[in-house]
Amino acid sequence: MLQLEPRLENSRIWIVATPVVAVLCTLIAGGAMFAFIGIDPIRAIQTIFWAPLFDPALSGYAMPQILVKAAPLILIAIGLSIGFRANIWNIGAEGQYIMGAICAGAIGLAFYPLNTWYIFPLMIFAGLIGGAAWGLIPALLKTKFGANEILVSLMLVYVAEHFLASVSLGILRNPDGAGFPGSRNFQQYESASNPELIAGTGIHLGVIFALLAVIIAYALIRFHKFGYYVNLTGKSLRAARFSGINPARLTIICLCLSGALAGLAGMFELTGPAGQLSIDFNVSYGFTAIIVAFLGRLHPIGIAAAGLLMALTYIGGELAQFMLNLPSAAIQAFQGMLLFFLLALEFLTTYRVRFKLKRDA
Amino acid sequence: MLEVEFPGINLSVFLATMVVAAMPVLLAAIGELVVEKSGVLNLGVEGLMIIGAVCGFIVSVETGSSIVGIFGALLAGASLAGIFGLLTQYFHASQVATGLALTLFGLGLSALLGQSYTGIRPPDFPVPDFGFLSELPVIGILFFSYDILVYFSILLVIVIWWFLKYSRTGLALRAIGENHNAAHSLGYHVTRVRLAAILFGGACGGLGGAYLALIRVPQWTEGMTAGAGWIALALVVFGSWRPFRVVFGAFLFGGITLLQLNLQALGIAINPAYLSMTPYIVTIVALVVISRMGNQTSIRAPACLGKPFDAPK
Repeated sequence: MLQLEPRLENSRIWIVATPVVAVLCTLIAGGAMFAFIGIDPIRAIQTIFWAPLFDPALSGYAMPQILVKAAPLILIAIGLSIGFRANIWNIGAEGQYIMGAICAGAIGLAFYPLNTWYIFPLMIFAGLIGGAAWGLIPALLKTKFGANEILVSLMLVYVAEHFLASVSLGILRNPDGAGFPGSRNFQQYESASNPELIAGTGIHLGVIFALLAVIIAYALIRFHKFGYYVNLTGKSLRAARFSGINPARLTIICLCLSGALAGLAGMFELTGPAGQLSIDFNVSYGFTAIIVAFLGRLHPIGIAAAGLLMALTYIGGELAQFMLNLPSAAIQAFQGMLLFFLLALEFLTTYRVRFKLKRDA
Repeated sequence: MLEVEFPGINLSVFLATMVVAAMPVLLAAIGELVVEKSGVLNLGVEGLMIIGAVCGFIVSVETGSSIVGIFGALLAGASLAGIFGLLTQYFHASQVATGLALTLFGLGLSALLGQSYTGIRPPDFPVPDFGFLSELPVIGILFFSYDILVYFSILLVIVIWWFLKYSRTGLALRAIGENHNAAHSLGYHVTRVRLAAILFGGACGGLGGAYLALIRVPQWTEGMTAGAGWIALALVVFGSWRPFRVVFGAFLFGGITLLQLNLQALGIAINPAYLSMTPYIVTIVALVVISRMGNQTSIRAPACLGKPFDAPK
């Protein structure tokens, strides 16, 4: 008879091994799924995970793209993970990402066609503020009225999506765009563009900021009092209260922080890879970042690795779509599956599996 | 089938359409209510609904029978919820994280399954024949114009209300939701009851999704639930964990959705994007109002909601 026994201390081996085992399980289950829809599983997995990295014909394109996709995922997931540690569930990062991009875009377009140095920093600031403000709404409703932040932040995603539609068809539409929906292209507006810093590497400012976020978050959690507060609140709200932590303030800080980082990601995406505000500007980075945060075990370095892996599945998925006709939705299901396996295996770190003969006590 | 063109003109048609508009969230919410009453928070309702929608649709198209499709949706919803139950009840996974995973996985899988089914019309859903009753002015439209699922849902709500309030098992379920340790020491099977509730909630979510794809729209489009599952979750809070209040909330929500659609169709001088936001904003406002009334016992959440249960050894 299998029995679960709580461990006294979390298993250090399994903390690291769980994500690896989860990825392996997902490969097997995902392979079965690919086979089920009539695609050679070996070829599909080889195309998704191997070709972008090691196929000389493809990696020149794919490697930079992985960085481009990983940057927003990591940036958003870092912010989310800090809240998740304290059981503050911001799942509306997608909305904060959109609002950050809209605010940054609006500031940038307000200066058009002026070219000066301060426009881009102002846009970064606007992106941070836009995202933080959108995160502040669920934070205030939670702390003032006790409204569930999960539901409110999620509802605000839909509000943001409709708002995005209205501005990209309305007030921020490109006046020289021959009536096409969407804003001006920021890639063609020098002071407001976020180009590759070194040509052909995919590294733009967003990648640098993502890296910075990882380092700062690591330091914050490892060495700063704030990291301790967050962890303590997550472990026991009561204990946190006794040690003088103000949970309401922590909620506001965490939601604003994750909102700001999501807004920042939106800003870099808008001015760089995406180029313009349009109805389909957002591509679910905010939701995938939730998977990234959990896959990285809410640890900054884990999140960096998880973000790169998730970006790889995106790029590999695109290749497989192109070469094997793999439906794009398959990758989404694949990512969801990964999260399931991860959660299912998580118990190995906190429980010990014991084989016992069934003996009634 | 009722058309949604300009029912603003005719109140009884508007109300009847409102009932139909409310059905998907109503079904999902009433299922989630039972789940939450047992002390489990399943945030995967959106995933359950969309999987129910796509499976119900596919089965209907393939078998040519929407009734068989409904059973497909029930089964699909319950199976997906089964994963949630397994992970949270036996593998001790976080309910919040697993629920989110359910939604993300459901959205992806449904898009994958439904690929070749976009733009198809599902078989018609049977509408019972009430004879002369449906000819009656006002009453005919208000009470005798619906498909069988509407009548079934109303019946379901009444049964759930009775089950939770008066039946022995319902009482056990509520006890488990309020204090699982006490219920356990009384000899109730906490995990088993919760798993049953989760499966039931999954089937209801699937049914709600199928209603959307087979009757309300009726068509399959990727991501067609558009947050309905999340609104269902909010409705449970809004209805303060009471079946009839949830129904009231669902109708209210259906009415608002319909009203904004009608205003858009009438070409009111408000940006359609802002009108489309209203259901979500109203949901937030409703959540705030209810949460503000907070700790009165009549609208309190089950005390063990979302808390993991570890059977003492």
